Order: sequence, then C-alpha cells, then structure tokens
Amino acid sequence: MSTFLATHKLGIRFGVSALVLAVLTMDFGPAFAQGFTPGRYGIGTPANVELIASRDVDVRADGHGLPAGTGKYEAGAILFSQLCVDCHGENLLGGRERGGALIGGRGTLTSEYPRRTVESYWPFATILFDYIRRAMPYPSPGILEANEVYSVIAFILSEANIIEKSMVIDADNLAAIEMPNRDGFRSDWQPEMFR
Amino acid sequence: MTRKFKPYGPEITAVPDLKNRGQHSKALSQRADQAPSRRKLLLGAAAAAGAVALAASPKKARAVAPPGAVEYHVPVDPTLVPGRPPGLNGGYGTRSQFETEVREWSGSGTSSRTPLASSEGTITPSALHFERHHNGIPEIDPEDHTLLVHGMVKRPLTFSMADLKRLPSISRVAFIECSGNSAGEYHAARGNELHNMHGLVSSSEWTGVALSTVLREAGLEPGAAWILAEGRDASMLSRSIPVEKALDDAILAYAQNGEALRPEQGYPLRLLLPGWEGVTNVKWLHRLDVSDAPFQTREETSHYTDLNIITGEAKQFTFVMAAKSLILFPHPEVKLNGAGFYEITGLAWSGRGKIKRVEVTTDGGKTWHLAELQDPVLPKAQTRFRFPWVWDGERAILQSRATDETGYVQPSIRQLKEVRGDAERGNVNYHNNAIQTWQVNPGGTIENVHFSGNA
Repeated sequence: MSTFLATHKLGIRFGVSALVLAVLTMDFGPAFAQGFTPGRYGIGTPANVELIASRDVDVRADGHGLPAGTGKYEAGAILFSQLCVDCHGENLLGGRERGGALIGGRGTLTSEYPRRTVESYWPFATILFDYIRRAMPYPSPGILEANEVYSVIAFILSEANIIEKSMVIDADNLAAIEMPNRDGFRSDWQPEMFR
Repeated sequence: MTRKFKPYGPEITAVPDLKNRGQHSKALSQRADQAPSRRKLLLGAAAAAGAVALAASPKKARAVAPPGAVEYHVPVDPTLVPGRPPGLNGGYGTRSQFETEVREWSGSGTSSRTPLASSEGTITPSALHFERHHNGIPEIDPEDHTLLVHGMVKRPLTFSMADLKRLPSISRVAFIECSGNSAGEYHAARGNELHNMHGLVSSSEWTGVALSTVLREAGLEPGAAWILAEGRDASMLSRSIPVEKALDDAILAYAQNGEALRPEQGYPLRLLLPGWEGVTNVKWLHRLDVSDAPFQTREETSHYTDLNIITGEAKQFTFVMAAKSLILFPHPEVKLNGAGFYEITGLAWSGRGKIKRVEVTTDGGKTWHLAELQDPVLPKAQTRFRFPWVWDGERAILQSRATDETGYVQPSIRQLKEVRGDAERGNVNYHNNAIQTWQVNPGGTIENVHFSGNA
C-alpha cells in the first residue's frame, strides 16, 4: 500500500512537472529561466469601440464598412470639376497633372496597348469609395464627406456607362454594381515557375 | 602626397627655434589668412574647442559638399597635421566629401532609385535605400504613434512604440524589391544606367518584433485569414496580407541597419514581409484589421496586379518576388580598358529562400560557369556573386542566371513573354525578373541588349 502511494505520488509529481516544463518551453525557452509565465506577455492597451471606429475607414468588396449617405451624378459633376479635373481631365481621360484615365479602355486588355481604367479594369465599385475617401484628392486627401464621395462615384460610374445618371448611390447598392471586369482577376501568390 | 621624412640634422646643442621653422609657421599663417569665411562659419564650434589645426593646401576643398557630407579642409599631407577630433559633425557620422553617390529621384516625386553601379557587398546604406511613396513622406512623432490591432481578434489592442520595443525582438537581413522594378526593360532593352533599369531593390538588416508575437497578444479568432495593413501617410496605403505570412516570418520593423528606420522607410514602424513585393511592406504602419477575406484595396486591384494580355486575365496577390540576378560590373556606364582580367560581380536574390547557385556566361549562353557565392548566403536576402574573367578583346555577351533553393531558375525575357505576352505598359511588365544581357563591344563599350540566342 505504502509502496503504491509512493509510486503514485511520484507519478503525479513527475507528470505535473513534465507538463509545466512542456508548456513553459514551448515558445519561451530562455524566458523560463527568468520565471516567465507562459501565455501572452500582457503588453498593449485594450482598444475601445470609439478608438476603433475613429480609425476603421476601410470598405470591403462586399460593402462592409460603407457609411450612411447618398450620392448623385449632378453633385458629383460639380465636385469633379473643382477637385479632380486637373489630374484626371475634363473628359476623365487623364489630365495635366498626375492621375490616369478613369474611363474607357474596355476591350483593350488583350491588346498590345491595354488601358486599365475604373471602367475597363477595376473589379469592385467599393474600391472607389475606399480609395477616394482615404487618398483623394491627392493634394488634400480626407476632405470629402461621405455624401460627396458617393456623388463623385455616381459621376464616374455614369461617365463610364456602368450606371444610369439617375441612379442614387448609397451603402446598400454600391457593392452590388456589376463592374465590367468583375471576373478578370485570379489570385496567385506565386509568379510562374521556371526550371 | 606622402610625408617626406627629414634627414638627420646636426647634433643638437641648444633648444631649437621650432616656432619659426618654415613649414609649420607657414601653415598656421595660411589658415588664418586664406580660409574662406564659410569654412570659418562651419568650423566655428570646433575652433572654439581649440582642437582644429589645418595645413596649407593648394588643392581647393569642394565648393559644396555632396549630400550627406561635410566640407572639411583637405591638407596636402595629412600626416603633418593633427586630424579633426570626433564631434565636429555633431556626433552623427557623415560620409567623405569625395563620395557623391545619391539616389536619383523621379520627376513625379514618387520614387528614388538605389545607385546599384557603385554598390559593394550585400547591404544597401539606409540613406541609399530605394523609395516608393504614394503621397509623400509623412513626418511622424513616435510618441504620438500607435499600432491598432482589431477586427477578428479576441482582444483589440493598441501598441505604443515603447510597447512594441518591450516585446521580444528579432533581426534579419532581407531585400525589398518593388514589383515594378525592371519594368522598363520588359518590352525592349532601353536603359543605359543600372539604377534606372533595376534600382528599385535594396537590402537591409531589419529589427523589430515578430508580427506573430503581436497577433498572439490580440488573439486571432477562428476563421481569421487576411489582415489589412494600413499606413499613416497621406495615401493611407493599404494591402491585404494573408494570416499565413503574418504568422510565418513577418516583422513589425522599427529599425534598419542598426538604427531607427529612416522616415522614407516608414519611421517609426513598417511591416516587413521578407521576399514579398515591396508595396506589401507597408510603411508608417498604424493599423492591422483582421478579416476572413482580402479587402480588395486599390493597390491590390487597380495597381500591383499583373495583366496577362494573352488571356486578358490579371493575376492578383502575386506576392513572391521570384529569383533574379544582375551583373553589376561591368555594365553600360563603364568602358573596359583593353583585354585582360576583369572580375564580373553582381547580386542575386529570391523571395522564395536562399540562392543556390549563380551561373555566368560570357558567350551568350553557349557555356555557363558557376560563379562564386559570397558567404553568408541568407534566405530572402541579396547574395554577392563573383566570376573571374579574362576578356579577349572581342565581342562578348555577358549574362547571369540565378537558381534558388526551390529549384526555380531565373527565366530569359523570351520565356516570360511566351507566358505573359508583350506590351510596353499596362502592368504586363511587372515582376520582370528576366536575365539581363550586357553586350561587350571590341572597343570596350558595353550595351544593354535583349539577347535570347542561347539563353
């Protein structure tokens, strides 16, 4: 009996020690010697909802992240003529400054002179909102309100003959707009293999 | 000029009149009389320290010191006058006023290129690391900078720079290459300067905290697959990064080559994704948003996608920079001075791992020779190769070809065009890692050509 107990206790002690050792040495070998407790380091400050909301500006392809607001062609045309025309041109085909053509180019992607524009190349309309809000206009990014961003998008997509001029853009219908090159992309992490 | 030691003089019988001895007194008077006022201004602080001695020099110092250098007086014989003490440059070292290499920047102001022609070894000086910005270089106070980690995590967290530096650190050497590097050389051989052709690649030792460490603090939720990395520049550049890479070898880097990141390299914090296309190494990083799908940002759809004009389809998320090598000597900006010995040398790198071998041909691919690889050969880092060559003075076709540890062999330009099609622009020319050809002419001049004869 006593022998059994002794063996049993020894077994438990051994088992526990082995377990503790195994856990502690998983990722944290050197730290073990200094009495480090396994798990997280406990560094970093919890981020509250307000902080996250103030920084979380991204809009995804499914429309997640789009704010409330509406946009119309006429308002977009006015904004475009004031803020966008220098770089993108009156006819949206490129302007005096940097900034490429926004429309045209359909059917050129298999030609020797492919023209990549919002109209011919961009797969999702949501990219317009995400990008314009974060990065445009180039000299003063971040100045546009949600309604204004939606309006500029309405203007561009109408000029690209993707939507009707009468369409009012908002968070509910932007992601559903079918872009001409929607299926033109294939995810492939690796370049072609040569041996 | 080397020092001319004076012969033994007569036996010394009295204290010599050193004060009035020719050369030194002349030097001192010239310092007072001839030093330009601008130099006096520059060295004012040092003069106050009473530690400057300048000898006469018929050679004029440079009127304007090159960027990164300070103009100092150049003595005829530096062995005759004490050199300057440390600290004249304020305690932060400067390069020699005789070194003039700079990054050449684009007219559009969005990029600058590493001067590869003068590169030595495998590390790019931080001040010469190539740049690509999407709306300029932001000026950021690190005290005011935090990284937010949120989305599909158990504990949304912010990290100050001090927080990140408390976490266990790691260092590694890695190259960064823009996926648009060498794009101008795809359609035709056009460039005649190395930096213009291929200067959007550089190498550094980077230090920071493993991204996996930070993600463990926040705790990934089941289904987390992609992370949006966002910069704090005026373009708020953003790219979707697979969690797989984030947990593999991604680093939140705060240091480069032993000191804080340079502002143009993302100070105070950048993402480092070893071996992946430059734009994914998001600079001025301030937010990581974890999700179950890629975010489809502008920089991973409209740009940085690779159009194939044969199929009309574009490849997206082409992260890995494939094996590439480049002969950096000789090159079109130099002329060989007659037949004889030359060391062919260059750099090779692969985003998949280590360089296994580099072969060099001098006859357009009829015969290939193994180049010597300089140790250490590190994964996803640039490797220096060398090949001894005796030029016979006749036309020669020089090429280098890299093979990485996965067996990937650097392709010829013809092989790339067979797969992707050929166009001057339209992103068809991205990820151009084709073999580069230098044609050596009998006179010793060197031309950039496309040559697929036997390649």
